[in-house]
Amino acid sequence: MRFLFKTDYEDDIRLFPHSGYIVSYGILLALLLIAPHMLSSYLMSQLVFVCIYATVGVALLILTGFTGQASLGHAAFLAIGAYTAAYLQKYNVPFPVYFLAAGALTGLIGAMVGFPALRLTGIYLVIATISFALIVEEILARWESVTNGNEGMRVKTLSLLGVTVPRDSPTFYYLCLAVLVLTIVGSLNLLRSPTGRAFVAIRDSETAARSMGVNVALYKVKSFAISAAITGLAGVLFAHKLSFISPEMFTLQLSIEFIIVILIGGAFSLHGAVLGAIFIVMIDPFLTYLKDDMPGIIAGIAATFGAGPATAGHIKSTVAAFASLNGLKGAIYGIIIVLFVLFEPLGLYGRWLKIKLFFQLFPLYKRATFKRQKIYVKSERNR
Amino acid sequence: MLDFVQQLVSGVALGCVYGLIALGFVLVYKATEVVNFAQGDLMMLGGFFAFTFIGMMGLNYWIGFAGAVAAMALFGMLAERVVVRPILGYPQFSIIMATIGLGYFLRSIAGMIWGTDDLKIETPFSQGVLRIGSLVLAYDKLSVIAATMILCTLLWLFFNKTTLGTAMRASSENMLAAYYMGIPVKRVVSIVWAISEAVATCAGVLLAPITFIHSNVGLVLGLKAFPAAVLGGFGSIPGAVVGGVLIGVIESMAGFYLPEGWKDVAPYIVLLTVLLLKPEGLFGHHVRKKV
Repeated sequence: MRFLFKTDYEDDIRLFPHSGYIVSYGILLALLLIAPHMLSSYLMSQLVFVCIYATVGVALLILTGFTGQASLGHAAFLAIGAYTAAYLQKYNVPFPVYFLAAGALTGLIGAMVGFPALRLTGIYLVIATISFALIVEEILARWESVTNGNEGMRVKTLSLLGVTVPRDSPTFYYLCLAVLVLTIVGSLNLLRSPTGRAFVAIRDSETAARSMGVNVALYKVKSFAISAAITGLAGVLFAHKLSFISPEMFTLQLSIEFIIVILIGGAFSLHGAVLGAIFIVMIDPFLTYLKDDMPGIIAGIAATFGAGPATAGHIKSTVAAFASLNGLKGAIYGIIIVLFVLFEPLGLYGRWLKIKLFFQLFPLYKRATFKRQKIYVKSERNR
Repeated sequence: MLDFVQQLVSGVALGCVYGLIALGFVLVYKATEVVNFAQGDLMMLGGFFAFTFIGMMGLNYWIGFAGAVAAMALFGMLAERVVVRPILGYPQFSIIMATIGLGYFLRSIAGMIWGTDDLKIETPFSQGVLRIGSLVLAYDKLSVIAATMILCTLLWLFFNKTTLGTAMRASSENMLAAYYMGIPVKRVVSIVWAISEAVATCAGVLLAPITFIHSNVGLVLGLKAFPAAVLGGFGSIPGAVVGGVLIGVIESMAGFYLPEGWKDVAPYIVLLTVLLLKPEGLFGHHVRKKV
């Protein structure tokens, strides 16, 4: 086991605590850079979605994970980013300009949402953000001169510095990856700065933060604005990836998906956003795989255990019928959420930490290390 | 003027629907501080149970109704035991996510079992209208208003006048202290979930002639009932009904007097405004923080 000796604050807040980090993240980055040459075009497309979802996940982590302000309205911020891009594109505004404009506008709207949210906590904040998202959805459907209403908007192919970048080209993937990496590095820097410390202080105890001199209102609005702006940037990429946007893409369902991203990944570390995004995006190919291959595999297993061909065929058709049931995806989603909340509240990244610690401490690991504290008193629960 | 009264009455009827669903939210919240996002979907499930008993098995309406209520009360206890009890005492957000997950699951399962068509239950109030002067009131809507009033009164009496109700309020304040005082907290929570799902089933069955039953009805109405509960201040039983009626009246007035599109957003705009001015809702209590 490695012990890090820290002699000053600079040591404590280093981006890479030791050389192992540089090596492992370097290898990861190298793998991601050569991915377009290794993976099929379908998986590449999924990887682009992972990048976009992870960017939103990082944004949501800053707000929900680090500032403690729950939001079920991030699909609206994504929509505002996407629509700004599509609208400005009609007037031949170059990509870098509308990319930044979308971020700025979404950030501004985020700050405006942050103001009313200042006085709200817990469930009231959740319902306020849901209301905001529903209102935005309705505006998108009704403001036809700008958003083209329910017919949706076509998004032209991205053109960067005179070069067109089709949505399934490696260059577009590199762009999304660059945005994700820059967002993560930027957020890490933000979180180790005084601003980030203030966010965490507000999450842990608003009253304590206030008594330490943190301007709670200012930092909450900042957190909302930063989170919204990053989501807006992701929205531009989202619009380009889909090449067509309409209001019914940005429903409550999508906001819930984003929350699931950080819930499943682990809402206490930026790693969680990426892991959760991989999980959410890859669940679709996995279900397709289940649908196509599982019946054959299960029938094969049944056959090796001595089932006759008639029984095996029967099993195969039953499994196939089950796998192609309409609502299966929703049911699996639901079960996954419940199971994660019940058994893995720290998410996938928490599981990774547990496994790491298990091997580091080998015979001495105890489960209570990661136990959460239960609070049974109302006034303390409503922090 | 007649238009106005007609809109007002239909708004109140609609609002009672929201209030009835909101009652379920409030009950669970009042007793356990758990916000149950799956309430709408449990209501939907109650409707489907009633459809199975009445429409498919051909039972008498009232027997089917009672059967569905009993079945859902048991189901509520089961859901509480499996999903909620292990995470009581954890941050509110965990519980919200767990109930959202439960809602997803129930919606899909209901879609798989009962299909995606709109289903209808024949009720004694399906046909017929009551005429007062030139006002026209449908019996099915009146039945909802009446049921809401009765249930609201009963529940209010139950919470404020009975020992069990007091025990529920106590365990909401401080579960540990309630347990030390000899209140069987787990059983109390279980019972409150049973009551809440029974109320939800009443809502589901009474709504069946108005909105029909399909697997998404819970989501749609739940999203409207939720602001109703918040508007009333989440822990107040009369507040839930008042909030529901407000939302219903606003929606129906906006649909009649304002241009198209306002109907769906007007309740949320009002909700945001109220939260801005009074963050605990209209009837809510301000909870003091400890450090």
